[in-house]
Amino acid sequence: MDGAVSDALLRLGRHLRPGTVSPDLRALHQVGGRRADAFYRDRWSHDKVVRSTHGVNCTGSCSWKVYVKDGIITWEAQQTDYPSVGGDRPEYEPRGCPRGAAFSWYTYSPTRVRYPYARGVLVELYREAKARLGDPVAAWAEVTSDPGKRAGYQSARGKGGLVRISWDEACEIIAAAHVHTIRTYGPDRVAGFSPIPAMSMASHAVGARFVSLIGGAMLSFYDWYADLPVASPQVFGDQTDVPESADWWDAAYLMLWGSNVPVTRTPDAHYMAEARYRGQKVVVLAPDYNDAAKFADEWLAPHPGTDGALAMAMGHVILKEFFVDRETPAFTGYVKRFTDLPFLVRLRERGGSYVPDKFLTAADLGRPEGAFATVLLDARTGEPVVPNGSLAFRYGEQGQGRWNLDLDGVDPLLTCMGAEAVTVALPRFDSEGVLERGVPVRRVGGHLVTTVYDLMLAQYGVARDGLRGASENEPCTPAWQEAITGVPAQAVARIAREFAASAEESGGRSMIIMGAGTNHWFHSDAIYRAMLALTTLTGCQGVNGGGWAHYVGQEKCRPITGWAQLAFGLDWLRPPRQMIGTAYWYLHTDQWRYDTYSADVVSSPLAEGVFAGKATADLLAQSARLGWMPSYPTFDRNPLDLADEAGDDPAAYVAGQVATGRLGFACEDPDAPANWPRVLTVWRANLLGSSAKGNEYFLRHLLGADSAVRAQQAPPESRPEGVAWPEEAPRGKLDLLLSLDFRMTSTTLFSDIVLPAATWYEKHDLSSTDMHPFVHAFTPAIDPPWQTRTDFAAFHAIARAFSDLARTYLGTRKDLVAVPLLHDTPDELATPHGRVHDWRALNRRPTPGRDFPKVVVVERDYAAVAEKMAALGPLLERLGATTKGLTYDVSGEIDRLSRLNGTRDGRPSLARDSDLCEAILALSGTTNGRLAAQGFATLGRRTGTSFDGLADEHRQITFADTQARPVPVITSPEWSGSESDGRRYAPFTINVEHLKPWHTLTGRQHFYLDHDWIHEAGEALPVYRPPLNMTAMFGEPALGASEQGVVVRYLTPHSKWSIHSEYQDNLLMLTLSRGGPTIWMSPADAAKAGVGDNDWVEAVNRNGVVVARAVVSHRMPEGTVFMYHAQERVVDVPKSEISGLRGGIHNSLTRLLVKPTHLIGGYAQLSFAFNYLGPTGNQRDEVTVIRRRSQEVDY
Amino acid sequence: MRVMAQLAMVMNLDKCIGCHTCSVTCKQAWTNRAGTEYVWFNNVETRPGQGYPRGYQDQEKWQGGWELNRRGRLTLKAGGRLRKLLTIFANPLMPSIQDYYEPWTYDYDRLFSAPMQADTPVARPRSLITGRPMKIGWSANWDDDLAGDPSPDPVLRKLSEQVRLEFERAFMFYLPRICEHCLNPSCVASCPSGALYKRSEDGIVLVDQDRCRGWRMCVTGCPYKKVYFNHRTGKAEKCTFCFPRVEVGIPTVCSETCVGRLRYIGLVLYDADRVAEAASVPDERDLFAAQKGVLLDPRDPGVIAAARAEGIPDDWLDAARDSPIHRLIFEYGVALPLHPEYRTMPMVWYIPPLSPVVDVLAGTGHDGEDAGNLFGAIDALRIPIGYLAELFTAGDPEPVRAVLRRLAAMRSYMRRLNLGQEPDTSIAQAVGMSGAQVEAMHRLLALAPYGERY
Repeated sequence: MDGAVSDALLRLGRHLRPGTVSPDLRALHQVGGRRADAFYRDRWSHDKVVRSTHGVNCTGSCSWKVYVKDGIITWEAQQTDYPSVGGDRPEYEPRGCPRGAAFSWYTYSPTRVRYPYARGVLVELYREAKARLGDPVAAWAEVTSDPGKRAGYQSARGKGGLVRISWDEACEIIAAAHVHTIRTYGPDRVAGFSPIPAMSMASHAVGARFVSLIGGAMLSFYDWYADLPVASPQVFGDQTDVPESADWWDAAYLMLWGSNVPVTRTPDAHYMAEARYRGQKVVVLAPDYNDAAKFADEWLAPHPGTDGALAMAMGHVILKEFFVDRETPAFTGYVKRFTDLPFLVRLRERGGSYVPDKFLTAADLGRPEGAFATVLLDARTGEPVVPNGSLAFRYGEQGQGRWNLDLDGVDPLLTCMGAEAVTVALPRFDSEGVLERGVPVRRVGGHLVTTVYDLMLAQYGVARDGLRGASENEPCTPAWQEAITGVPAQAVARIAREFAASAEESGGRSMIIMGAGTNHWFHSDAIYRAMLALTTLTGCQGVNGGGWAHYVGQEKCRPITGWAQLAFGLDWLRPPRQMIGTAYWYLHTDQWRYDTYSADVVSSPLAEGVFAGKATADLLAQSARLGWMPSYPTFDRNPLDLADEAGDDPAAYVAGQVATGRLGFACEDPDAPANWPRVLTVWRANLLGSSAKGNEYFLRHLLGADSAVRAQQAPPESRPEGVAWPEEAPRGKLDLLLSLDFRMTSTTLFSDIVLPAATWYEKHDLSSTDMHPFVHAFTPAIDPPWQTRTDFAAFHAIARAFSDLARTYLGTRKDLVAVPLLHDTPDELATPHGRVHDWRALNRRPTPGRDFPKVVVVERDYAAVAEKMAALGPLLERLGATTKGLTYDVSGEIDRLSRLNGTRDGRPSLARDSDLCEAILALSGTTNGRLAAQGFATLGRRTGTSFDGLADEHRQITFADTQARPVPVITSPEWSGSESDGRRYAPFTINVEHLKPWHTLTGRQHFYLDHDWIHEAGEALPVYRPPLNMTAMFGEPALGASEQGVVVRYLTPHSKWSIHSEYQDNLLMLTLSRGGPTIWMSPADAAKAGVGDNDWVEAVNRNGVVVARAVVSHRMPEGTVFMYHAQERVVDVPKSEISGLRGGIHNSLTRLLVKPTHLIGGYAQLSFAFNYLGPTGNQRDEVTVIRRRSQEVDY
Repeated sequence: MRVMAQLAMVMNLDKCIGCHTCSVTCKQAWTNRAGTEYVWFNNVETRPGQGYPRGYQDQEKWQGGWELNRRGRLTLKAGGRLRKLLTIFANPLMPSIQDYYEPWTYDYDRLFSAPMQADTPVARPRSLITGRPMKIGWSANWDDDLAGDPSPDPVLRKLSEQVRLEFERAFMFYLPRICEHCLNPSCVASCPSGALYKRSEDGIVLVDQDRCRGWRMCVTGCPYKKVYFNHRTGKAEKCTFCFPRVEVGIPTVCSETCVGRLRYIGLVLYDADRVAEAASVPDERDLFAAQKGVLLDPRDPGVIAAARAEGIPDDWLDAARDSPIHRLIFEYGVALPLHPEYRTMPMVWYIPPLSPVVDVLAGTGHDGEDAGNLFGAIDALRIPIGYLAELFTAGDPEPVRAVLRRLAAMRSYMRRLNLGQEPDTSIAQAVGMSGAQVEAMHRLLALAPYGERY
């Protein structure tokens, strides 16, 4: 071994010590002496292991083992006992990620909220007023209405000075604020924000139940987060439905497009890694060399926001090579039956050529099926046919048994090719001008028509005999996209070809996992429609292993029916108030005042001028007054008072008052104090640290706090016509910001009252996701420590305090609720042909429920709210429970629940959190086979087809089952995929296999949309729309080096070290990353700005300022920086040199931009449902200047 | 022949998603305490990158592991026992805390306690060593995902070919690391106190906390820098292979919590008498084969008899026969040791990763439209084979290429089955395997059932 001397010493030594030495002197073998390892044995020992999970918005829904020793949570590790998915594929164990593994750090961390806190200034003001006035409500009224006092506590928001208060006092102030607001301004001036019920259903439901029972508005989140792919309701008539991750295994070809699966779907990523071994080819499309690219066979790096062009070019290749050059029977057979491609569209003459107009309907042919029955040609006869399955057959007697996709022998004609052709003008947005393309036409019933398929070929520039296609550099050839995306044309063509060929070969098992990288853009719906065209044309939707897999905030609350009944108090009162979050924040944070552009920035070159001269706020107001989208606060009057005035026919009264101008919509004067939101409760959420696009506008206008907004308000010529513009924009609209949390966040720092919440290891609750097929439980490993309480306990305490005060001040009141036209109800028949008639423009009196919201009066016994919270109400037996248009008779379940939970005043008890969990499970088809089977029977009567055998009728999942082990759910008509016989969940398999229509106009998947506003935007067909031009719209500097630094595109993708803001302050995650806010940039951009790795930089644009450290990396493309999403202002954020304020968060540089077409309602699949359709809070189109700042930072 | 049993691990880097769950669960279970703030028994490094501690693979600097002396005999690179004795009070061959990283926390309390003030309260960073405010400049995972400039990577510097670190040619992969529980542990040999030992029944290398005197020679001796100094207790600590768990049949924390499902644990048998000889082969490139040569065939009757003679129980021999490690190293031949040139005979093995093809090749028509071609385009992959070879085979590219070919062949072979086509055994034969072997390997690598991973 060593030298001779040491050998000699060793030889000597072996006689001096116990044990045997190997002949080569290398090893010494000894026995015994193991006591010294006691430390590690002791460290490993524990008293119990408890199953729980993490109620965080990641869609993971992982089951965890929480280790407890001496009553202290020590650490966690993943459960590995998921039921098998069949043995023919990888199992789900062990789901988890580093963030979840770091969770227990929070339990005893110095950022744990242990006691109720309130802003000291406010508490002093309140106590003084109450002592003087002797009354909580009067005290609250005075503090919030005295301008000096109001400004005193509002301007202190976010500036420290929190003091501990008791739970009793906190609840009293909260109750007083609610009572005062309801009495003075109306219940719709109260709002609740809590996202993603699936991540902890009971915790969500209990608060939403309180807000709903008092008449407050619950704010949507899925659209607000920009996670809702509006293309989904547009194309599928569905919110979002996606495959579970074990179904990735079934895919033969997989594209990860704008989705960084290892980071954002960490527990599921293994299915992608493993499916490659089965011969799956993986293509990653991302602007940077990301964590997913490591797994790719090929990596394509399109410039950010140009994915639509790439997808359109792929569509061009597929249409040309698999439809036109040769027919692919698998594809044509699919699109004829399951898409709108064979349906006829009327052409309208315009300026010497034609433009595509409306779907031809039975009404156009004078046939009785009417304006919602779309028409196609039968290839056998050439005659027009009204096939089953369109919206005309969904409601009413005429459709009974005909709402199905059975073609009954008809062979839909895909193309009108043969007879005649005309030129159509089609919009383009990548450059000036319009495209002129030939389409074959027929004349049907006197109408000039073509098929959607023919229009698609024209749109994609695919040439056919005698019909001109695109020249090489025109849309949508691969060469054309190369100039836009930077991806070689040849590569795009080859991948498109492989994707389609693989689909053909595998029977539709080509899949696209699409993520926030493509979904958070202003024009994401257009991008998505171009991507969805790829999976639909190739027959992949509704096939295991195929189709779209949208994974952006799509968390699936599998027991949705039960959750919805309880969360919105539908067992006691209907309807609830449900508001589109984006519009709410857009108005109430006054971001609308900073729109320096006209709404027609989205208009098509072929537009009729509907948006011309309008501001987006005008269109929002129009959408509200037509009943398209909800609008809360609704009127410029307290809805309690309005109900009292309205008399016996409230709908007529309100319509008349509005028509004559005596009653206005609040959204037409959002800055009037009477129309401000007054009380906002945030729980299970971090609005200001995470989702608040335009964070600085929130601070300035909603809260009245300091803010770094630098933008100018719109000049007079850009201001809305129909929305009041007070010269001075209000600051500090909100009277009370209440948050419940277990850690300090950017929201709690700005809250007036912070309540200490129990963590996920300290309560009972339920979790589910669409990434796996199980429901499972949260279980307390310890009791809530210090003065923390579960959300359940907190809201019950608030409700009791509220009810006590309400007895005196409110009593029982009537409340006039305005309800928008709803999807999956006959409301969606309100706008035939999607033709917009604004009663106001036409000077007409509106008809509630048709071109105006429905008006419903609800009676609220305010003193009884706490009691109603704690028991299941009687409306369920009377009205049943409705999900997606299907009503379930749950009367049998009420008895069962009474037995399981016990009763309160004869009603099933909901007095404990476990009761609430039990009720959610009992009232949902996915967890109660009896309801699932009943739902399928009901559905079968409408469709005239059978769904027998899909539901496991005799299985009922109890809360105890979910506590023992994750439980697979039951196939139910609440969702579109079959999980029967142990099959993996993929969306729309029930539609495809059981000929159940999609919830759309044609009953098929739509390539074509014919609403007036969609035409106005030039988006009737899939089309490429580039990112917004921030220079043109807002005067931001052009991309590239500038005197101030370097101007770059600013993206905020999801982070590796946090789930939104959760964990970004966690010491373990901070230690594994760079310990605070960072901005990633390329070496080239760093050089332009003189920035070195880890240098402090400032990023600035009109919306605000961010201070962060630079991460310089060659995996970043030039011209784009990343500031990973939800890096908050709580940790290591110094003061900005530019603003002088604390240096901002990722959303300090973003703001809301509302796309008008998202406001459409009342027409087929373009109808509102909560979190289903609405304007998105997109934030990807932004630019910023990055400059190196002084390296001396000051906190 | 002296048969001994060794617990070993294989990590399939091709499946590693770089999530660091293993690091966090390990740290939470073992080292989230005073004195070990900076210690990660398990860490994950992005490659190319500097690793943790910074540049640990540069043995010219750190002098870890073994080398052959002029007489061809193994000697500790940092010097023999005499030199150890002479430098015992001032050992310069050790990473400083700055090379690991200066652990820190934040003033979280300010978020509650800040009085009413002009600015939003913030928690600023503070050193856990000095207690003073600090600017964070290095961490246990500073260069994650190619953050900063990876060019100081010692492995990169050893490559003969020029590797351009630019966007168009970007490549990366992740390397999770624990203690190697080597057959020829240089940490054990370095300890002046005899406190480090290798358990005879399962080969786990441990520090006797009672005997450790805190000389830290083990830190120097370990070329992987997987022995750490607890500055509170003054003792060395290291990965214990979770012996309190494995003793009762539960996998290590890092394995069981591995979300990529890429870790395998199993027993291998080896001939303790041949370790020194194998570790002493002159050519570094022969070390991989030599290391394999020390491992014994658990089905060989002679080995079984010898093992029984050493008192190895029958159920352990069963475990050795069922060992996924043995199959991955021998039957499928896809696992490689990390830095065999350190001559420590590491017992954590790795399956090297595939990677995307470089775009420029797609443009030349090198990779055709047929997905099958792609699966064979080993030399067109982004990760230079030379880089992998410097990690796993002392620079010899052939074993790495052979592994990648097998992975690619598995994908090609299985794609046909996936599409419902007839199996094509010629694909398997081209990489020296049978169709049944490819399918069995697919089961272990892709399905990776819990009961077969451990």
